[in-house]
Amino acid sequence: MDIKDVENLAELAKLDLTEEEKNKLLSDVKEILDYVKVIESVNALDTETVYTIHNVWREDELKHPLFSRNLIINQFPDSQDGYLKVKKIL
Amino acid sequence: MIDLKNLTIEKAHEMMQKKKLTSVELVSACLKNIQEKNKELNIFLEIFDDALEQAKKADEIIKSGKGTKLTGIPIAIKDNMLITGRKTSSASKMLENYTASYDAFVIKKLKEVGAVLIGRTNMDEFAMGSSTENSVYGPVKNPIDPTRVPGGSSGGSAAAVAADMALGALGSDTGSSIRQPASLCGVVGMKPTYGVVSRFGITAMASSLDQVGPIAKTSKDAKIIFDCISGKDEMDSTSVNFLDFKVSPNKKAIGVPRDFLKEGVDPEVLKNFEESLEKLKKIGYAVKDIKMPSLEYSLPVYYIIMPAEVSTNLARLDGMRYGLRKDGIDMFDTFKKSRSAGFGPETRRRMILGAYVLSHGYYDAYYNKAWKLRHVIEKEFASVFKDVDFVVIPTAPTPAFKFGDKKSPLDMYLCDIFTTPANIAGLPAISVPSGFSIKGLPFGFQFNGPIFSDEAVFEIGKKFEEIRDMV
Repeated sequence: MDIKDVENLAELAKLDLTEEEKNKLLSDVKEILDYVKVIESVNALDTETVYTIHNVWREDELKHPLFSRNLIINQFPDSQDGYLKVKKIL
Repeated sequence: MIDLKNLTIEKAHEMMQKKKLTSVELVSACLKNIQEKNKELNIFLEIFDDALEQAKKADEIIKSGKGTKLTGIPIAIKDNMLITGRKTSSASKMLENYTASYDAFVIKKLKEVGAVLIGRTNMDEFAMGSSTENSVYGPVKNPIDPTRVPGGSSGGSAAAVAADMALGALGSDTGSSIRQPASLCGVVGMKPTYGVVSRFGITAMASSLDQVGPIAKTSKDAKIIFDCISGKDEMDSTSVNFLDFKVSPNKKAIGVPRDFLKEGVDPEVLKNFEESLEKLKKIGYAVKDIKMPSLEYSLPVYYIIMPAEVSTNLARLDGMRYGLRKDGIDMFDTFKKSRSAGFGPETRRRMILGAYVLSHGYYDAYYNKAWKLRHVIEKEFASVFKDVDFVVIPTAPTPAFKFGDKKSPLDMYLCDIFTTPANIAGLPAISVPSGFSIKGLPFGFQFNGPIFSDEAVFEIGKKFEEIRDMV
């Protein structure tokens, strides 16, 4: 892992990092990866990756919403006429 | 004058039933305590202004004869659980001004029985940490010794109970966050079986590991809170109807994975652990050494799966619909500026780490492999539970440490070594106080039970409390 990797990951995680932060993160993450990579040595070939999950279905019925529309709208960092306002996308 | 130190939920309930105590009196005593000590200890981020109002209503419910065990009992709430109309910040700048638009399932349950929500407690930012030093509001001080950490991430909730500011508290536990602070503060903390308590309305950290649970002075009190908050919730599809699955082991055997206790454990912790085992033997438990070779991989597996889930869960915090927004030149720049201004160092570290283990080229080596090992660990537990009722481990490798003691992130992560197995395998586990170090710092003894044996876990906790003072 090098500083370029940290920059790419920061791009994926949508974070702006200072040079100092990048260097600190690089050494921290290296230390953590050194520790967790002990799992590489374990033989788990015969273990299937079974995600112990299953679908939970429900009827597609309209239910009375639990949420207060006003409380939600009041959280909008920027709004106009009850609509959420965001920056230009394209 | 109410003797808060020796007052349990059980006792307070009895006294209220017999009209020897009112909720208003009890809540007033807690509030007085909070006013006197909170400035120094930094346990509560907010004391709810309607606490006495809630207490008055609870007294009316009790008068009408409809009171249940938690009616009128002051409960502290971790700052990552939504309460309609109240701030829920997860001790982060990102959500500093976020006001909840609905009640978490567990909050709804507490409100239904007339429990008094007394305030929201300090924690590590987004529940990431083992000392509360990651809170944007500054750390909580351990009431037993204010020069030391209370543990984390539910450090405020554990300290609130230890400092008699509430009779019980809710915490959330992803890798240690209920049990480790309970241990460091000398109170009881219990992580239920995954799915037994709904996660609806809890700020998500790592969804396959997160679980809400009680912190209290005794196992009986913790059980009272658990009984109130557990149950199937249609808003959390991973929640189950606990009553359909209950398991009560009764072989009276306890397993000790000795190989797991060899490294990095404080000798005083080990000595206390051995003494506790002797006491369990005296009341008829067979204590067996067991081999669990995969247990040592729990922490590495945890520090792969958890950050992966963190990086995806926290992606929703982009400054668009709620939370902190810092305007940039366009949408992506606004995401970046908002997230960079809102998240603290530990949260960033875990998002970067999570993005790494999930990225193309590393996914198989880390994330996929970690899931395989997760199954190996689950299977190993299932197999030892054929022979023993509980697997016991100390809750934490050391008693409460000093602020700034853990120099690197990895040093801090190692605090979770004995608590992550229960999250990885989805098991119920309880930490019960088991004595004090020479310096007077509390130890915790941890029982891990099979999936859905939550009631048995409370039961053994209760028994352990009865015998722990034996010489």
